[in-house]
Amino acid sequence: MTAPVLVLVDHHDGVPRASGLELLTAARDLGPVEAVCIGEAGAQAAAEVGRFGAGALHVLTPGTTAPVALAAALARLVETTGAATVLMSSTFENKELAAHLALVTDAGLVVDAAGLETADGGRVVTVQQAFAATWTLRSEVLRPRAVVALKPNAVPATPVDTPFEPTVTTHDVDVSAMRERVVERTPRPTSGRPDLTEAQVVVVGGRGTEGDFSAVEELADVLGAAVGATRVATDEGWIGHEAQIGQTGVTVSPRLYVGAGVSGAVHHRGGMQASGTIVAVNADPEAPIFEIADLGVVGDLFTILPQAAAELRRLRPEG
Amino acid sequence: MKIVVCVKHVPDVQGDRGFTDDGTVDRGQGDGTLNELDENAVEAAVQLVEQHGGEVTVLTMGPADAEDAVRRGLQMGAAHAVHVQDDALEGSDAFATASVLAAAVRRIAEDGAVDLVVTGMASLDGLMSVLPSLLAARLDLPQATLAAEVTVDGGVVRVRRELDHATEVLEAPLPALVSVTDQANQPRYPNFKAIMAARKTPVTTWSLADLGLDASEVGAAGARTRVLEATPRPPREDRVLITDEGDAGVRIAQYLVENRLV
Repeated sequence: MTAPVLVLVDHHDGVPRASGLELLTAARDLGPVEAVCIGEAGAQAAAEVGRFGAGALHVLTPGTTAPVALAAALARLVETTGAATVLMSSTFENKELAAHLALVTDAGLVVDAAGLETADGGRVVTVQQAFAATWTLRSEVLRPRAVVALKPNAVPATPVDTPFEPTVTTHDVDVSAMRERVVERTPRPTSGRPDLTEAQVVVVGGRGTEGDFSAVEELADVLGAAVGATRVATDEGWIGHEAQIGQTGVTVSPRLYVGAGVSGAVHHRGGMQASGTIVAVNADPEAPIFEIADLGVVGDLFTILPQAAAELRRLRPEG
Repeated sequence: MKIVVCVKHVPDVQGDRGFTDDGTVDRGQGDGTLNELDENAVEAAVQLVEQHGGEVTVLTMGPADAEDAVRRGLQMGAAHAVHVQDDALEGSDAFATASVLAAAVRRIAEDGAVDLVVTGMASLDGLMSVLPSLLAARLDLPQATLAAEVTVDGGVVRVRRELDHATEVLEAPLPALVSVTDQANQPRYPNFKAIMAARKTPVTTWSLADLGLDASEVGAAGARTRVLEATPRPPREDRVLITDEGDAGVRIAQYLVENRLV
């Protein structure tokens, strides 16, 4: 019998995030799927993970971000379920959890994976991008167990034909030995736009916007896109730091990336080069972003973006 | 307070980075540098020592070139430098690296307890961000990672962390491990005097044997993953570059529709 796959499904107040549904989809190729949620997750979460093929939902409470305590709880689940693989989405918090979990379960560890395969004998093989996505690596996990953190948009989420009705069990997280203390936690306000890390379409403003993001936002709204920014734009305070795409900010790999006034410094490319299609508008014909843009336009973003938005509205009047 | 900062020597991000045939990072290009994000770690440590007294030791693991990374740390204000170098370390994964750095931190602590271990948020070659957690686990230290702000007061370190979906303020009792982001500070540029002074500071070199570690636990032999193949990404084909003649916005819209991107 194939060993089960544990999938950590990130959720917002019990509603699974899109990244979690993608992971459940990817996990189905590896074995029977069991979902794990951290913190209160009820019937809605169970129905949703069942729709994407999970036969069980394990709820870990209390909800905490302490990686050591969570890793211990997950390690017990690995033990009791006999899971050979644990999948999670590659966020900063999850990567810390993945590291601790791999350590205590003696598992192989891959983070920021862009794809997942199985080799002969059930070994897990991952695909990763390296050096600002200029290289592609295929790696093999050499341990019987694997912990893999997969980037959003690596696999499209598709429901199963007949939804599963997962059994729901609750497991305690022992936080008594925790030495770290969270003094304050402020959830980021939601913008009404898609989450930047998970969005299928991202419109990004850089230095060329000179702080005026109105054209970027207008196009983003027409495209149903998330809004991102370069380091310069966030350092200038034109937009919050959480919007920064790049090596030290958010890594995005949407189907469509539109850069407006983005020069394409190596720091930024490291966070977006794996995007499907890249469209760039910049006044400087020498901007390095044009080296990687599928469609590059030299010109003034303040006239081009609104024109594109208007034309898209005309072509899709229902939108 | 006594602070150890772990730093890494990495290929220059502006350079031509690649992999060798056995799937390890090509470190033979000769244009390596101190991982830029580790400069934030050194800066944070030096600032804490300036406020609270004490001294900073920079620690690295890697081939001969890696000494450049700790030299840079000395120029920025570290008092001591340690370089763990051993042929058996080649191909080490993050687990082995954490074990080696942990052993080195313990050895440094023999001359006086270490209050804080500081790292950067990621190395610009691997970008995994898992080493700080693994190192904290190996040293059995509480961790306060991804700090955009670090303060120490009364034996407690307090950090502000910008996470994916929230901002958090976290406290941990010393001794602890902290990783800092590039938002934490603006690394200083060493002046001529500091550069000259750093040249005179000896760099302590330790081998695996000095740390009481066995070669079988590290290097490619002990790695939990293996690169099967590394291939440069083919350049994007059919790229189009146009100059706006008044209709570029319409052309973008048409391009998106034709390519079924909307």
